[in-house]
Amino acid sequence: MTGPSPSPAIYDLAVVGGGPAGVAGALTAALRGLRVALVDSGARLGGQYFRHRGVPGEPPTEGFARFARQVRALTERAEVLTGRQVWAVTREDDGFTAHCLGGTAVRCRRLLIATGAHDRPLPFPGWDLPGVLTAGGAQALLKGQGVVAGDRVVVAGTGPFLLPVAAGLAAAGARIPGVYEANGGLGLARHPLLALGKAGEAARHLAAFARHRVPYRTRHAVVAAHGDRELEAVTVARLDRDWNVLDTRRVPCDTLATGYGFVPQIDLGVQLGCATRPDADGTPVLRADAAQRTTVPGVWAAGEPTGVGGRHLSELEGRIAGLSAAADHDDGPGPPELLLRRRARQRAFAAALLAAYPVKDGWRGWLRDDTLVCRCEEVPLARIREARDLGATDARSVKLLSRAGMGWCQGRICGHPVACLAGGDPAAPRRPIAQPVTLAALAELTLEEPHD
Amino acid sequence: MTFEITVDGRPVPALPGQTVGAALHAAGIRAWRTTRFGGRPRGLFCGIGVCFDCLVSVNGGPVERACLTEARPGDQVTTS
Repeated sequence: MTGPSPSPAIYDLAVVGGGPAGVAGALTAALRGLRVALVDSGARLGGQYFRHRGVPGEPPTEGFARFARQVRALTERAEVLTGRQVWAVTREDDGFTAHCLGGTAVRCRRLLIATGAHDRPLPFPGWDLPGVLTAGGAQALLKGQGVVAGDRVVVAGTGPFLLPVAAGLAAAGARIPGVYEANGGLGLARHPLLALGKAGEAARHLAAFARHRVPYRTRHAVVAAHGDRELEAVTVARLDRDWNVLDTRRVPCDTLATGYGFVPQIDLGVQLGCATRPDADGTPVLRADAAQRTTVPGVWAAGEPTGVGGRHLSELEGRIAGLSAAADHDDGPGPPELLLRRRARQRAFAAALLAAYPVKDGWRGWLRDDTLVCRCEEVPLARIREARDLGATDARSVKLLSRAGMGWCQGRICGHPVACLAGGDPAAPRRPIAQPVTLAALAELTLEEPHD
Repeated sequence: MTFEITVDGRPVPALPGQTVGAALHAAGIRAWRTTRFGGRPRGLFCGIGVCFDCLVSVNGGPVERACLTEARPGDQVTTS
């Protein structure tokens, strides 16, 4: 896909990532007259949330019609480069160059990082058996590829994302022996204020579970996967508040979809020297100011890389970043107060979600000595313990001694668990809440529906 | 509109726009690679290009992630 105008030698703004944040940021800046390029690794825009194939009978995704309009408007006004993976961004005298695999290089004066997030799986015995998928992987298969991940699919982990994954699989004909939420589950939905936004969505999914006879169990988790060369069954455990196992039973299944939250993709920002901060759950995210500027001049960030918060927050952050980049270009007005207030409300909600679905320490007790923690380098827990016995007290030393995180994925999958296992005290880097928001402050925020 | 690719010589159906990884998984082929040290079976895991578990070679090229590689009619996929 290309825009109508010939490619300039240097764009006013290059956006990396074509999900809700990137598309909103690119469109907002293009509407202000900036010459914009958007680069995305996928064959179609949409990121991890909007995965539509455009085939008849496809189940709708909330917000997709609006997103599709944004994409149409964007392609008329900007250069949209799909199927290109940006592997590095380098600084130049007059801006940046985004380098894509395959050779495309995009020169720009300003950069917006909107690279999204990926699932955060937790290790447990047998988690590397074929048939064990991340929840996002199962969703990508279903929505992006039209493939139902399995016949009998157990869904387990923590967070509200498990609900649409399980509901989608059930609606597509998979049998779901159970949805296992390791935390207390829908406590958040009962909060009188926060409930307004998401309870309706959750209630719809739970109604779908009732229709398809899908059991939804809180304080339960899959703590082991079994099978010879492929998944045949999982061990489901009842958990205490800290995720220690109380008792277990075996559940036959051919597929497991599992996820314990998300890891923002911040590599490009880190490459450029952007400062990071720990998100509410301790995960490093890019530090961004009120206008979504990172600490590196000329670099903005929006969406999950600045803190996991879902598509509404991502779109708002994208628009704010786009307006701020435009103001930097034309000295015109920056983001209006209204957008900043909406963002504050969404961020408060995101912070409350992270607080409601934490990863508790008890998962470490699910591992055995021979359980692989790093799938790529096949590093079992025993080798990480050895590294600690040799004196390694942080993730980096553990990595150097055990090779955990040194394989193909470069620690994207095992980074969080290795950091927890290395530090011994995963609570240490955790801040009580990333956004300094009290429930009283929450109550003062204006509630309004996003406008089309 | 289904077309065919081969995986280690075995025919596998695929749909336009589908990735090699999705076509294999849909055909019930869930393990197509073994690990270097333990010889452990691997297939799709993250499904979005992050974990590198699903590596294949297409038409004799370098290894790539099956979950990101779009299948083309007649593709010859080899696994390791």
